[in-house]
This record gives sequence, C-alpha cells and structure tokens, in this order.
Amino acid sequence: MTRTFLGMPATAPRGVGHLREGEPFPAAARRALGDPQLRRNLGHATTTIRAKSGRVIGELPDWQQLRDAGSALKADTMARLPELLEQLESAVTAAGGTVHWAADATEANRIVTGLVRATGEQRVTKVKSMATQEIGLNEALAAAGIEPVETDLAELIVQLGADRPSHILVPAIHRNRAEIREIFLRAMPGVDPALSDEPAALAGAARAYLRETFLRTKVAVSGANFAVAETGTLAVVESEGNGRMCLTLPETLITVMGIEKVVPSWRDLEVFLQLLPRASTGERMNPYTSMWTGVTPGDGPQQVHLVLLDNGRSAVLADEVGRQALHCIRCSACLNVCPVYERTGGHAYGSVYPGPIGAVLSPQLTGVADNASLPYASSLCGACFDACPVKIDIPSILVHLRGRAPHPRAEAAAMAAAAYVMDRPRLYAAAQRAARLGRLTGRRGRGLPPPLSGWAASRDVPEPPPATFREWWARR
Amino acid sequence: MTSRDVILGRIREALRGYPAAGAVPRDYRGSDDEPADMDLLAGRLADYRAHVHRTATIGIAATIARILGDGRVVVAPPGLPLAWLPSRVEVLIDDGLPDERIAAADAVVTAAAVAVAETGTIVLDASADQGRRVLSLLPDLHVCVLRPEQVVPRVPQAIARLDPRRPLTWISGPSATSDIELNRVEGVHGPRNLHVIIAEDGS
Ligand code: SF4
Repeated sequence: MTRTFLGMPATAPRGVGHLREGEPFPAAARRALGDPQLRRNLGHATTTIRAKSGRVIGELPDWQQLRDAGSALKADTMARLPELLEQLESAVTAAGGTVHWAADATEANRIVTGLVRATGEQRVTKVKSMATQEIGLNEALAAAGIEPVETDLAELIVQLGADRPSHILVPAIHRNRAEIREIFLRAMPGVDPALSDEPAALAGAARAYLRETFLRTKVAVSGANFAVAETGTLAVVESEGNGRMCLTLPETLITVMGIEKVVPSWRDLEVFLQLLPRASTGERMNPYTSMWTGVTPGDGPQQVHLVLLDNGRSAVLADEVGRQALHCIRCSACLNVCPVYERTGGHAYGSVYPGPIGAVLSPQLTGVADNASLPYASSLCGACFDACPVKIDIPSILVHLRGRAPHPRAEAAAMAAAAYVMDRPRLYAAAQRAARLGRLTGRRGRGLPPPLSGWAASRDVPEPPPATFREWWARR
Repeated sequence: MTSRDVILGRIREALRGYPAAGAVPRDYRGSDDEPADMDLLAGRLADYRAHVHRTATIGIAATIARILGDGRVVVAPPGLPLAWLPSRVEVLIDDGLPDERIAAADAVVTAAAVAVAETGTIVLDASADQGRRVLSLLPDLHVCVLRPEQVVPRVPQAIARLDPRRPLTWISGPSATSDIELNRVEGVHGPRNLHVIIAEDGS
C-alpha cells in the first residue's frame, strides 16, 4: 500500500514555490490590459523578436527537419526517462559530480540550502533558472540567512525592484529605462548617483556592481538547458556572460534541473543548439553556451552538484495528451506569437511559466483545480503550435485540460476571460477577424471571438484554425 | 525509500502504457565532411559584432599589436605560441593566476578548438593553447586566433569534433544583453570586445 502510494505520480505541493495563480487569469488579465506601458512594451518586444527569429529560421533549409528531430528526441527521452536519469546520474558521478534527487519543491529547497550551509557561505550568485523560481528557492535561502544574488540583468532588475518576471526571455520587459534607473538608484549598493538612463549606462552599472560580487562569492546556483545522459554534460545557454561567471568562478556549483531536461546523447545537442537560439532570441547562436561535465581539476568549481527535480513532472508525464508539455525547451517563441500573451503579459498567468506553455504546464504541475482558469487563457488560434521548435501541440493540450477542469467553475472562468476581450472594441474587431467564427455560430459577425470560442471549445472541441491565424497575423 | 526511488517509481508508473520510443528522424543536414566557407565565417562573426582580421600566420603578432593599441598587459594560456604575441607587451602566462590579476589585464589571447561558419561561433575547449575558462572571461578584450582547419561548416560537425568531457565555451560575438527595452547593449559581464584573427597561409 505504502509502496504504491509513494510510487504514484504526484503534483507539486501547495504552499511553496510559484506555480499557482494568485487570482484567476481573467481578473489579472483585465488589470494588465489597463496598463498601456505594459502593452506597448510587450507589443514592441514580441514584434521585434518575432521578426528576428523569422529571419534566422528562414536561413536554414532544414528547419522543419530539425523540428521533427527535436520533437522525436523529446518523445524518445520521455519514453526512456528512468533509464536516462540513471545513466545521467552515473555519468555525472563518474566525472566527480554529486547527484541529488528532489521529489518536490520543499525537498529541493532543503537540499540546496543544506549544500550552501555546508560551505559556510552566506551568499550565492544565481544564473537565470526557471526551476529555482518555480520552487521559490530565493525565499528558502533568505529564510536560512543566505542571500541569493540574481545576476542576469533582467532578473537583477526584477529582484531589486521586488517584482516578478513577465517574460521567459526578457523578464523585465514591463519596465522602461527610467524605471530601471530609479530601481538601481534605490536598491543597488554603491551605484553612481549620476547614473543616466541610457541602456549602456544601466548595463555598465550592473557590470560594476556584480563584478565584485562574482569575484567574492564562493557558491553559485544555476539551472541547465540540457543534460546529456550519455556523458553527464550539462549546458547553460545565455547572452550576458553572467552564466559563465557563475559556472566558472565559484568553488561550489549547484545546478537545479527538472528531470525532463535530460537528452539521451551528446550528438542530440546538434539539434537543440540549432533550434533553441533561433526560436528564442532570434540569433543564429546566442553569445555564450557553457558546457561542463562534472569537475575539471584546476578549472572552475571543484564541488559540483546536480539536483534533479520532479515537483509535479511525473504527474504531467502520466497524462497521455498533456505530457508533451514536458518537451518544452523554454525558448519563449509561443509567448511571442500569442495574441493573448501580447495583450496581458506574463504576470496575468500567475505562475512562473507564462504564455501558452504556462497555460498548459502550470495546471498540470499543480493539478488543474489549482490553476483552473489557465486552460482558458487562449483563443486556440494555433500560432503557438506553429512556432514551437519542438512541435508541442499546445492547442490540443488546452482543449484536453478544459475537459478535465471542474466544469461549472471552468465555464465561469471562460466567460470571465472572454469578458475582457469583449470590453475592448479594437481587440474585439481583431478577434472577429482572427477566427472563422461562422464555423461556430453559422452567421458572419455574430460569432464568438476568442476566448469565447474557447468557451465553446469546452463543449464542441473544434480543431484549432492555424491557417486563419496566420492570415490574420500577416495583415496586422 | 529514498527520493530517488520515489521519483523513479513515479515515472515508471506514469509511463505505463507509454508508446515505445520510435526512431528519431535525422533528415536535417548532418555532420558530413564538407569544406567550410571562410568568407561566411568572417561575415557571420562580424554580424554579431566580433572584429575579424585575416592574415598570414606570420602577421599574427603585428595584428595583435594593432588590436591592443595602448594595452600592455596580456594574459596567455600556457600552451599559446609565444610568437603570436607582440614583443612590447607584458605577458602573464597562466600558471594559476589569481582571478583579480586576470581581471586587471588589458586583454587575453587564446587559440580555439573549433569554429562554426554558419553561426559565427568559436568554441574553446580549455586545451593548453586556450587555457582555463576564466582566462577568456574576465579581461575586457578577447583575441582569438583561428586556423582554417579548425573551421567547420555547421553545428553538427562541431559537435562531432568536440570532446564533451572537456569544459566547453561556445562564443558568438561579445557579451550582450537586450534586457532594457530590448536595446542591444554589448558587454555586460563577459569581454566587451571580441577580435577573431583567421590565420590563413598560402592558397
Ligand atoms: S512550448 Fe515550444 S515554443 Fe513555447 S517555450 Fe516551450 S519550446 Fe518554446
């Protein structure tokens, strides 16, 4: 009995971490819609990144073949997850690293806090990691008297501003330069009071502030984009060099990684290193990618830890439709093409995982009841599916999750989610153009706009109409 | 029961009835031996704001002298050919230099393991002519000397050549951020200036 119980896939526990909506999506979205700066910044960011990404993807004659390979590799990984994790563990251990297993956020926080305590240090540098945001590691460290310093520029802005990230790739996109200057003047120790709000000056201030911290801090916590089971190699993909600092300078490196990030073989990185930068930042390659395998004597951290995190992932894996959400490589392309995200921003999704991927991942990690309105935070237009470098069929998962949501509340949530769109004439018009609504109601002009079409979907389960979306997008 | 057992047990339970893994289609352009296009590499490096210099091997030292300008103190990994360095500079050969001294140097000169033409990427693998990872990280100017036989056309050939047991740093242009209103700013933490010298003899 006990054994069966322990072996059952489990969702992420309540009361720890950042996976649950504080308020239902419609309420949060309505507030976001009232913030013109947020909408302007998001519109600019998503449009710019989409265009860049489209250009560099267009340069590759084999983009679709790379997507097919990426998608199949992830499916293969999930099918063999237990053996691959065991293989990863032995490879990392053989290379001088130590592997820890964390069943949930609470356990992961306890492991990391314990490892930092054992070093006697009171401060850690951190490089952007969604997993550690998910588990609320910073709060846990602070409670243990350990100061976590976010080193990614945007994360630093968010941390110093006592704020929350609003985008996976550019988490501080809701802030403009004048606000960032104010935050730095208020919260950055030793900052020059004459600091201007030029982006280069602001970046320079962060460089100066963090340089000393990097050189003096003996423990770092990172995430990982990929972990190769065959070789035990971990990879972090980044732009600024703060990742390299965290991965190179400290004596102790602790990497916290979701169990789904493992890839079978070294060779598989030839696929993901082509997919990720082009889909994410719209670069042929991001400025820096670091790869390390356990400990290299005389070079970099000599104490290397890897914490493998479940925290609800096994429950996602148990759902045969929803499990493909675990294929996500966190590129954020689905955010950048999503008309709902573009209008509401990341905060409206409550969880650390925003946008279309958040709408399918968060409710599965927590159990649908705890994020019941998120599966409705979408118009099912299909753009996310088309944009996803590993071909995750997000619309189908959304429809599936709507079917699993507790019904009366779900319908209420859908109606409320729709209301914010109905309130806004321009958006309403766009929504009417967006979908071939006659399909739902039979008469032009009287159709249900998204997300009301989503409300209908909870009953009729229509096919997502990607072609319509593309036409609409092209005309905008 | 350890957490390891719990997690692996949960996953096995979750996978009951999971379809067996199918073959992975690898119809993308693979790692066949193809000549790399030096002009493409130079263009792609420059696209990401690396400065590119093409010279014969004999011209490396003079090229580095020009790049350094007034810079005097240069960090070098232990296996770097000293003939590459101009005679007037003070060379700090890394024998375990403290981080502060590396950070205070004007520049670092390294070789590379592999370069990828299509993406404008150089890869360092911490061999003796590239040194510890920290060397190419702390100085504000990184000069990297490439030989043509190190250049491959695309990412798959680079993966095939590299040894994952070595620490690897893939570098595509100088450190950059777009975190403030999406404006690209070069140089947050890594070197703000990246110069790549392609040393080609004959042809
Ligand atoms: S779901 Fe796909 S598009 Fe969205 S972040 Fe993940 S990998 Fe990128």
